[in-house]
This record gives sequence, structure tokens and C-alpha cells, in this order.
Amino acid sequence: MASSFREILKSDKFVVTSEIGPPKGTNIEKMLQHIDLLKDKVDALNVTDHQSSVMRFPSIGGCLAIKEQGGEPILQVTCRDRNRLALQAELLFAYTRGIRNVLCLTGDAVVVGDHKAAKGVFDLDSAQLLKTIRQMESGKDLGGNDLDGTVEFCAGAIVTPEANPLEPQLIKFEKKIEAGAEFFQTQAIYDLDKFAKFMEYARQFRVKILAGIILLVSARMAKYMTDNVPGVSVPQNLIDELAAAPKGEAINKGIDIAGRMIATLKKESICHGVHVMAIGREEVVPNILKAAGLAT
Amino acid sequence: MKSITKQKPFEEIQRQLDGLDRVYIAGCGTCATMTKTGGMDEVLAMKDRLQELGKLVTGWIVIPTACDEMTEVAIKENNGAIQNASCILVMSCALGVHKLSTYISKPAIPALDTLFIGVEDGPGYFQEVCAQCGQCVLGETAGICPLTACHKGLLNGPCGGTNNGKCEVDKEKDCAWTLIYQRLEQQGRLDLMRRFHSPRDYNVAPRPRTIRIA
Repeated sequence: MASSFREILKSDKFVVTSEIGPPKGTNIEKMLQHIDLLKDKVDALNVTDHQSSVMRFPSIGGCLAIKEQGGEPILQVTCRDRNRLALQAELLFAYTRGIRNVLCLTGDAVVVGDHKAAKGVFDLDSAQLLKTIRQMESGKDLGGNDLDGTVEFCAGAIVTPEANPLEPQLIKFEKKIEAGAEFFQTQAIYDLDKFAKFMEYARQFRVKILAGIILLVSARMAKYMTDNVPGVSVPQNLIDELAAAPKGEAINKGIDIAGRMIATLKKESICHGVHVMAIGREEVVPNILKAAGLAT
Repeated sequence: MKSITKQKPFEEIQRQLDGLDRVYIAGCGTCATMTKTGGMDEVLAMKDRLQELGKLVTGWIVIPTACDEMTEVAIKENNGAIQNASCILVMSCALGVHKLSTYISKPAIPALDTLFIGVEDGPGYFQEVCAQCGQCVLGETAGICPLTACHKGLLNGPCGGTNNGKCEVDKEKDCAWTLIYQRLEQQGRLDLMRRFHSPRDYNVAPRPRTIRIA
């Protein structure tokens, strides 16, 4: 069975993905509700892998739940917690359970998370992980040994189009493409002119770019992200717009902003799709899609 | 090149000396003196603190270079005071603790933690520039080791956590890959950064690493 997500990426459709954050603990009720709410409204759902180095229910567990509910999962795999043996084993397991899409990430540093004394592994990096997938597809593991049954994945990676300085990130971006990345989900973008410039450059490569859209729920969050999240800069006019919203209405303004951006990206064919992240507020993703004119 | 050390919390030293009431103290005249962790001043201060605790300090020494062969001679000369002690508290890096452990049968207790092999890049400022990995890539990274200077030890360029040339783990720390990029650009050798590095061989010299020079 090939990846249906890959088929969608190959088509001319404006691709929409979103993501699920697994719980800290075994209470997966809310995660299952989010999956149920979103699985038919988007083309695929990422499941984060101990996002921000905070220990949680695993990405593979969330992906299996998506499969069980008839959705299309994207397995996020970071190199922070596993060496090359464990990473390959995870890919073998994922494949046997019908998971066909993998997003390859280096992973955040251990010390930004909630197990600061843990050992960061980083035996591989994101580019090496992508290449590992392609090698496994050829029937060999990283040790050069034959695999009894291979894998086949639609493999993706991330890029930060507004990073400063940008050039080192672009070199990495091109390395990821050479290593086998087929699609990219970007870090959050808010300045569409800057992003359009990035896309002018990125279009020379045969990869699909899904613009990262992170829902802003307040002016404070927008300022925090600008000050603290690498490669994220919310323009002042958007911060002002959020600040001007009546009390309790800022999230609706954020939904409007996200919807407006998505609509523009689609209408002007700036990129191939969007990856919508509503960190902790997954229940409003349908509202964002509606605001963007994408809801069915 | 210096072996960089830091004194252990005194409570930990105290805990290690539990039941060992007669202590001989050995400092080191080389790295630990430079880093002010095991020179004569620190050894004498330790002597005072142990005496305040009620320990008997049978003697002390600052060995010229604790990791050197001459340590055996220095120890022999102080044999009486060492024989009188129930242990030797070592205020040198772990190399000195290792050497002393091979020359005396009494327990050698480390008073310091060994942090890294550092180079002095300014008065009193030491930094780790080499992780002694056994596979030098400096020729391709403009003399900056990504394995050491990048928090994640990445070989294929920066992660997405770098911001304005700084590292995601510390806003004061330079991103190694931004520095490498800048130097390679100056040298007109950015093609080196585009080169794909395969996963590292962690078995290039199996641990514990040894070598015999003919």
C-alpha cells in the first residue's frame, strides 16, 4: 500500500495538514477527540514526538490511533531520544502498522524540556535520518545488512523560512532534499511577503512546501513567540490587531488572521499547502479552515 | 591545553570521607593550580575545612604534575604521612586520581570533578574546543569542531533551534554552525558545508581507548 498522502502531494490540490499533541499520561480521551474532529477535515495529521523535549505519550501511539480511526498519520521522528538501531526499528514497526508518512527532525535539545538531566542522543541528524529511510527502502539497513521485508515512506522535513541568518538553514534545506525529503512543513510564518521570497527560491526544487500556520491566541503570545521562538517573527500590525480585540475575543481574531493567511497563500498560489498548528487548541482548527474558506 | 576541574560540593566530599577520619591531601601544580581548584591555596583551605570537621590531616603535598610518572617518587617521599592516613583526598583532575590509585593501596578520593580538556582563550577563560572523537573534521569546518561546539554535535549544518546566531540552549552561546558558515564563506569554501556527512563511526577507537607508540 502506497502513501495516499504522497498521491495528494503529487496532485494539484492545496494540501492541508494539522497536528495532534499526545497527552502526558495514559488519558488519551482528548487526543482521540481531536483525531476524530480533524481526521476528515485535513489530508494528514502529524503526531508530535515529545515536543519541546517534554516526555509524553509517543508519536507512534498517536499515529496508530489515527489509523484506527481511518485517518492518515504523519509520524514525527526526532533523533534526540534514539540511536540508529532504535530509529530503524521504529520505522520497521511503523511500516508494518500501515504508517506511510514520516517527518524527520533533529529534535529540540534535551535541556529545553522537562527531563533536563537526560542524555541527548543525536546519533543521527535529520538529514542522515532521511537518508536512512531511503537506504532501508533499497533493502539494506544502516549497517549494510539485508532487510527481510523493506519499508516505503513518504518522507518530509522542516525548514525555517524566516531564520536569521537564513543562508545556513537553506544549505541544510538543500541537504535534506538531496537526502530524500519530498515535502517540507515550515516553521510558523507570519510575513507573507518574506515567505513568498523564500518560495521563489524553493520552487526550483521538486518538493512540496506546506507553510506553517500557528494560531495566535493573544497579543502576548505573539510577542512571546517573536522574542523566544527561533525564526518566528510576528509583524507589529498583527500584534496590534490581536491587542485591539475585545476581552476574550483575541482567539477569534487569531482564527481570522490564520484563516486570512491561508486563504491568501492558496489564492495567490504562493505555496503547495499549509500545516496548521493550534498548539493545545486543536478543537478550533475546523474554525480556522472555515475562516480560510477550506472547510467542506 | 588544560584539564579543567571544578571542586565538588563540600557535602559530597564530606560524604565520600564518611568513616575515613585521617586524611592526606594531594593537590596538583599544573592544571588544577591554573584553574585554582587544586593548587597550594586550595589544598590549605581544604586542610582547614577538614580539620574543622574533626578530621586529622596527616599531611599534604602539591605534586608538580599529578598525572606524571614522577608522582610515584613524590608519593614515596611522603610515605610516612600517607601510611598514617586512612585515605588520600586528591585535588587534581581524574588523571591524577588514576595515577595515585595505581601507586598507593589506600583509597584515593576525588575532591574535584573533571569537566573537559580546555584551551585558554583569554585570561582565566577556558573553553572546550575538541571532544577527542578520533575522527577530525576541522579541515571541513573552518577549524571549528561541530561535534564539540554544537550542543547536539551535528555534522550536517545547524538545527532549527538557532536564533540570531545563538544556540537554543543558551542565548549567550554562539551557534557553532553559524560561526562555521561565516568562516567558510570568508574563505570561499561554502561547498564544504554542502557536503553530506554520513553518520559518525563511534567505534573508530573502542572504549577504553589505548595506544602504544613504538
